[in-house]
Amino acid sequence: MTPETKIIDRVALDKLYESLKAAGNKMFAPVFRNEQTDFEYNPSAAEISYSHIQTTQSVKNTVFPKIENLFRFESGQKSVELVQIDFTKVPRVIVWNAHPCDAAAFSALDAVFNWDYVDEIYNARREKLVVIGMSCIKADENCFCTSVDLGPGSVKGSDILLTPLANGKFIAEILTDLGKSIADENASLFTASNGENKEEVLAKVEKHFSHEKVTENLKDGFENPFWHEFSLRCIGCGACAYVCPICTCFDIQDESKAGNGRRLRCWDSCGFGMFTLHTSGHNPREVQSQRWRQRLMHKFSYQPDRNEFIGCVGCGRCSRACPVDMNILEQLVELEKIEVAAK
Amino acid sequence: MDNLRKKAKELLESKTVDLVIGYENGTNGKARAVFIKDPEKTGKLIYDDRCKQNLAVYLNKHEVKHYGKIAIVAPLMVMRSVLVLVSECQLKPENIVVLGIGEDGSLLDFPSLEVVEKYIAKIPLGNPEPDQVIIDKLNAMSMEQRREFWQNELERCFKCYACRAACPMCYCLRCTVECNQPQWISAPAHPLGNLEWHQLRTMHLTGRCVSCGDCGRACPLNIPIHLLTMQQAEEAFHMFGVRAGTSQKADSALSTYKPDDKENFIL
Repeated sequence: MTPETKIIDRVALDKLYESLKAAGNKMFAPVFRNEQTDFEYNPSAAEISYSHIQTTQSVKNTVFPKIENLFRFESGQKSVELVQIDFTKVPRVIVWNAHPCDAAAFSALDAVFNWDYVDEIYNARREKLVVIGMSCIKADENCFCTSVDLGPGSVKGSDILLTPLANGKFIAEILTDLGKSIADENASLFTASNGENKEEVLAKVEKHFSHEKVTENLKDGFENPFWHEFSLRCIGCGACAYVCPICTCFDIQDESKAGNGRRLRCWDSCGFGMFTLHTSGHNPREVQSQRWRQRLMHKFSYQPDRNEFIGCVGCGRCSRACPVDMNILEQLVELEKIEVAAK
Repeated sequence: MDNLRKKAKELLESKTVDLVIGYENGTNGKARAVFIKDPEKTGKLIYDDRCKQNLAVYLNKHEVKHYGKIAIVAPLMVMRSVLVLVSECQLKPENIVVLGIGEDGSLLDFPSLEVVEKYIAKIPLGNPEPDQVIIDKLNAMSMEQRREFWQNELERCFKCYACRAACPMCYCLRCTVECNQPQWISAPAHPLGNLEWHQLRTMHLTGRCVSCGDCGRACPLNIPIHLLTMQQAEEAFHMFGVRAGTSQKADSALSTYKPDDKENFIL
């Protein structure tokens, strides 16, 4: 569809939120609590934060929750019965006030969960997902969306993208049929646009590196001393992967009692020492530098190669969450400069 | 700071140590760990109020151990962690030089770990005051209120294990949470699994925690889990009269049996 632009004021925006919530949608919106801003299900309109730069966690939870029930099993005397979960019953979720980096990340998740195996539960959740994005008028030193082909006002992935104006109103770009149906159903809340220009209010995010050059350097950079030197500080936790909007590695766990139980898909991280431990006892990624290399290689070499996208949207969450200052932007800037020995 | 840099440089130049672990200026105004092999790079070393990480966590890291003899910049919590690691046979005293930092930020002269023990013996130990204030508040609650407080906090945990990774005492090659034959505790990050994990972590650190608070600082979700191990540090002291990280000899409250213990069993 051809995108349309309208205007909505803050009072009407709150009304839109409450009306979508009242209609039975599960709303996922950022709230300031525990000294940080993070997404929660169904807060009231008054609780929603519009002033934060970035939430601690991404919105991948909506389609790839930290624990997903895959099926249940019940043991009889001689057989085990599998009880499938009815994925058609997943609720419609509306991600409210997600920044453009988060909205854009869904296309990367779509590619991963449909790459060699079409993931039924992921797709069931994704089909019911609506993304109401919010352009960034503020950024911090960890943000680098413009270095990975995105920007503070990118429309990619949003059904409606809002941009806050200085006068307290919002530009609403209605981008998809889904977005249009929401706008049409609530037409009285929107007013006509007067040609307001969102570029004037967007945050200025400097371009720090060329991701093409990083990807090129990584091709021959597997044995580069960079990895050892830049990962000595890494303590091998999973904070970076868990807050990342694109990291999708998972672990399968069975939980059962007396033969009855359920199979679960839980988040996992390539930073963990046991991530690639083989049954034989051999671990191809024996030390942390190899695990850290995997994280950056996957995002900036393997994924561009295999799925034709960069596995990073420049949200900066991993840098903010890291307890030991493994700053991904600093490292990517260095990776752009490393000397790669000619073959 | 100049004394620290000078001392570190001397140690590297004389080849007394192979590596110095200290703090440097990180990104965005943060201080972070630095690993220095070249004496000419000791100018990077800093020490100020931002230097909060317990650097002893690196002493058991494979790549770091590989360097050989290490000098470590050590405010009190690091000194104490070094002693715990020595007492638990994770570190050989001859492989470590402690670059002690006094409470006023000055460099202390520690020719041996015995001198470190003597220094610590003179310092009143306990939890940092702001943390102890919250612990006292929690202890004043009813058991139901306390359970509700912790259930609300721990439910948010997504099991990134930053708490475990940040702790110098969590050095097990295979953590209990990763044992699945049998599965001792639930691996998924649901409320029960989270409660089990944090209880287990707390119990394993009882009598071994030096109250550095790094587990809580590491938590990306701001869950105050350091209060659990800190509470247990006090509990162990009151019950057994020992504090972790005061001696090179193994004297851990929950894993050392003495004939005159009040109990006739060990955990």
